[in-house]
Formats: sequence, C-alpha cells, structure tokens
Amino acid sequence: MIDIQSLDLFYGEFHALKNVSMFLPEKSITAFIGPSGCGKSTLLRTLNRMNDMIKTVKIKGTVTIHGNNIYEPEVNVELLRKRVGMVFQQPNPFPKSIYDNVAYGPRIHGTKKKSELDDIVEKSLRDAALWDEVKGDLKKSAYGLSGGQQQRLCIARALAVNPEVLLMDEPTSALDPISTLKIEELIQQLKEKYTIVIVTHNMQQAGRVSDQTAFFLNGEMVEFSETDTIFSNPVDQRTEDYVTGRFG
Amino acid sequence: MKNFELQHIQRRKRSNRIMHILFLFSTMIGIVTLGILLVQIIAKGSGWISLDFFTHFSSRFPEKSGIKAAFFGTLWLMLITAPLTFIIGVSTAIYLEEYAKNTWLSRFIQTNISNLAGVPSVVYGLLGLTIFVRLFDLGRSLISGALTMTLLVLPVIIVAARESLKAVPNHQRNASLALGANPWQTILRVVLPSAMPGILTGSILSLSRAIGETAPLIVVGAASYIAFVPNSLFSDFTAMPIQIYSWAGRPEESFGQLAAAGIIVLLIMLLGMNLIAIMLRNKYQRS
Repeated sequence: MIDIQSLDLFYGEFHALKNVSMFLPEKSITAFIGPSGCGKSTLLRTLNRMNDMIKTVKIKGTVTIHGNNIYEPEVNVELLRKRVGMVFQQPNPFPKSIYDNVAYGPRIHGTKKKSELDDIVEKSLRDAALWDEVKGDLKKSAYGLSGGQQQRLCIARALAVNPEVLLMDEPTSALDPISTLKIEELIQQLKEKYTIVIVTHNMQQAGRVSDQTAFFLNGEMVEFSETDTIFSNPVDQRTEDYVTGRFG
Repeated sequence: MKNFELQHIQRRKRSNRIMHILFLFSTMIGIVTLGILLVQIIAKGSGWISLDFFTHFSSRFPEKSGIKAAFFGTLWLMLITAPLTFIIGVSTAIYLEEYAKNTWLSRFIQTNISNLAGVPSVVYGLLGLTIFVRLFDLGRSLISGALTMTLLVLPVIIVAARESLKAVPNHQRNASLALGANPWQTILRVVLPSAMPGILTGSILSLSRAIGETAPLIVVGAASYIAFVPNSLFSDFTAMPIQIYSWAGRPEESFGQLAAAGIIVLLIMLLGMNLIAIMLRNKYQRS
C-alpha cells in the first residue's frame, strides 16, 4: 500500500531522515516510536506532503501509495491529501458548528447537496464514535466539546472526505486517560476500513493499538517489525534500551 | 527581627499606595482634559444645533449658517474611501501574510508600509495634489480628496489587517490544508472568518481617524465655502473639519459657537463609527 524507498529529508543543512525504507500494508496500524526529534513526525508528514509548506525542506527517494509516487511533479497535492487524511496532536476543530466542521472537507471538494452532506456528516460522526453524543447539537459550536470529543470530531472531519490512509500525529498526547482509551478503541475499529499510521510517545499505546512498529533514532529507522517482536524480542540493542525505558 | 519585618511591610505598603495614586493621577490628566474640552464645547455649541443647522449651507450670517455642505462632503468622502481602502488594504494584507515568500523584497515592502503609516498627513495631501489633482487632471474634486484619503488610510488598514491575520493560529490553516483545501479556500473559509472582527475594527478605527483629517484636504483643495451638496465625483466639495476650521478662524463670537456645534456633530459621527466597530466585534466574537 504505502511503499517508502530510500527516503532522505533535509531541513536546510540538517539531515532529518536518513535513508528510510519501509512498506506499510493496507488496513493495518503502524506505530512510529522514538525520542523527540528522531524524525517520526517528519516522516509522517512526508506521507501527505505537509512538509511542502516548509521552504527549506529537500526530499530524496520515493513514497509510493498504490503504485503512484506522490513526489512526482504532476501529483495534485490537494487530491493526495484527500486520500491521505491527518489528525493532529492538539485537537484543532474550526471555530464553526459541529456540522460545519465535518462538512468542511466535502464542501471543499465540491459536495453541495444538503441531503448528501447530511449523510456524510452522520456517517463520519458514527464512524468516529461521536454521533450518539452530539446528534442533538450539530448546530452548536465545536468549541463547546471536551478535548476528547474535539479530537474525535477531528477524526470524523478527516473521515468525511473518504480517505484511504489516516495519519495520526500523537493524537492522544493532549487528552486525559479515559479520552485516550476511547480514541484507542476507535483506532482499532477504523483499521477495518483505513490504513493507519500513528506517531506516539506512549509506548504502551504503540503496544496496545498497532500491528507493526518502527523505532526511530536521530533520523534513522533502527528497527521495523511486528509490534510484539519490537517490544518482546527486539533485534537491535538500541531498540531494547528504548522500549525497556533505559533512555528516551 | 519582628520589628524590622513590620517596618519593612509598612514601607512596602506605603510605596504601593503612592504608586497607586500616581498612576491614578496620570489617568486623570487625560480624562479631565477631555472632560473640560467636551463641557466647554457642548456649552458653547449645543445652542446652535437644530434642524436648520443641518439643512443650511454656510453663510456670511452666523444665524443662517449650517453644516449641510460639509456634512454631505464628509459623508461622501467616507462612502468612497471606506470600500476602496477596505478592498485594497485587506487584499494587500492577505498577499503579504498568506502568499508572499519571506524574501528581502517582501520584507522591504513590509517595512515601508509600516513607515508610511507614520508619514504626516500633509505629505499625503501634497502627493494627492501632484498625482490626482494635476497628473490625472481630476481637479480639486471630491474624487481627488477621496483618493488622497484612501492613500492616507491604506497603510494603517494594511497593518491592522496583517495583525489580525497573524493572530489566526497556524493549526487552523494546517487543519484545512490537510483536508485537501488549497490556500485560497483556506483563506476564504478559515482564515478570513477568524480575522474579520479584528480587520473590521481596525478599518473603522483608522477611517474614524481620517474623518478628522484637515491638512491633506486643504492641500488637495477642498473649498472652505460651498453652497451645494456634491452631486458628482468631480464636483467641488468641503468637509466637516475644514468647515469647522474656517468658522473657528472668524473673529465673531457666534462663528466660534458655530464651530463648536460643528465639532459636536463630528464627535457624534466619530462615536457612531466606533460604536459600529464595537458592535461588529461583539457580534463576531459571540458566534
């Protein structure tokens, strides 16, 4: 599904990702773990080209999704981001109603019919396990929701444009344990329909939710394999030191 | 030891009280001056405010004089200047804040716009005289005055609009872009709605500054005596501050009172504009 081949990324002079290659299968959950500044978020952001906005970024190598290199010059970034959705670290709903938040993406991409939008909003909110909590309040401001609800709203907003891939950049780091648990359950359910990549600082979370885990250190991908292997029987000494809490 | 602590606390208390009084006094300087000014002007001018004051043109005889030409002149000036500055100013701010790359050229433009906001208004008058009145041959007309005013207000609005755009958090833009919106869709649907209260308040406040400007209009050639309401973009015009200035310069006591009446009207127009600014801000902040 997603095939990353010898990817190098530079912020100006700084070599942020060093020769990363990995294959992420369809409808699986991959976790990126590693200490701060190891490049895991940077790698996540290469998958929907959010790094394009930083002017000093230079990228070498290929990222192929369904056989198409997304760094080809003729690739339309807007359509790529429709296929590869993203959820950010801080819940970042728009200062609009719950309905308008979810309908934002479909409207951007040209859906105008009210009935169609209604269906998308309901389906997305159901898929994000938020519908039952907000179905009576769709016209109310998204800012009235709790942090955990806001984050699920952001997931619903990302689902509303019908993506294939969902990128999550530390989606629970700003949330309390109960909200975190709900999001983790939700991620498990979403796996049935979407390919999910999640960056996390929380190793228990990586262990709980992901199928495979990649460990990064100083821009290098140290180890990538089944999550169980990474946590119980890592090959590299550095991985073992990190997952057993000896540094990081 | 105890005694020493007690003394220290009392000293601290005293210095706090002294500073409190000092700051209050500084605040009072401004408020009392404004109060005296207002009381004086209202006492002097309120007797002259009547329906006639608004329906009569200026005249040699104070009791027949009114503010009609100046009132409509200022109204027209604002009606032309407001949309022009708003459209050009906000577009410029959007370009600089959302599109322009951080090159030396854009930094140069930005520095210059900030500097232009501080240029004395009489210089804008000279610019307007050279460009609009002479070069474009628009004459000493309403449109020349309005365009000069536009130039004068533009830098202030650009600066205010840029500050409002800057205050929109980047995570809002990222959320929109990550959904596949292009930069213009993001600006239109996310950035501008958030920035609008600030942009509107800044615009109205800078326009309300322009409403009291006299120097550039005198240089561009607003007439001080006119006995008609401007009927086209190219007709002669006068404005409130000019009318007030010309009345205030007369030796007769009653013209001084007329000037005070004119000031009251100008102040009410100003208050009205600021009220609109406050209402717009509250309206957007609630939703």
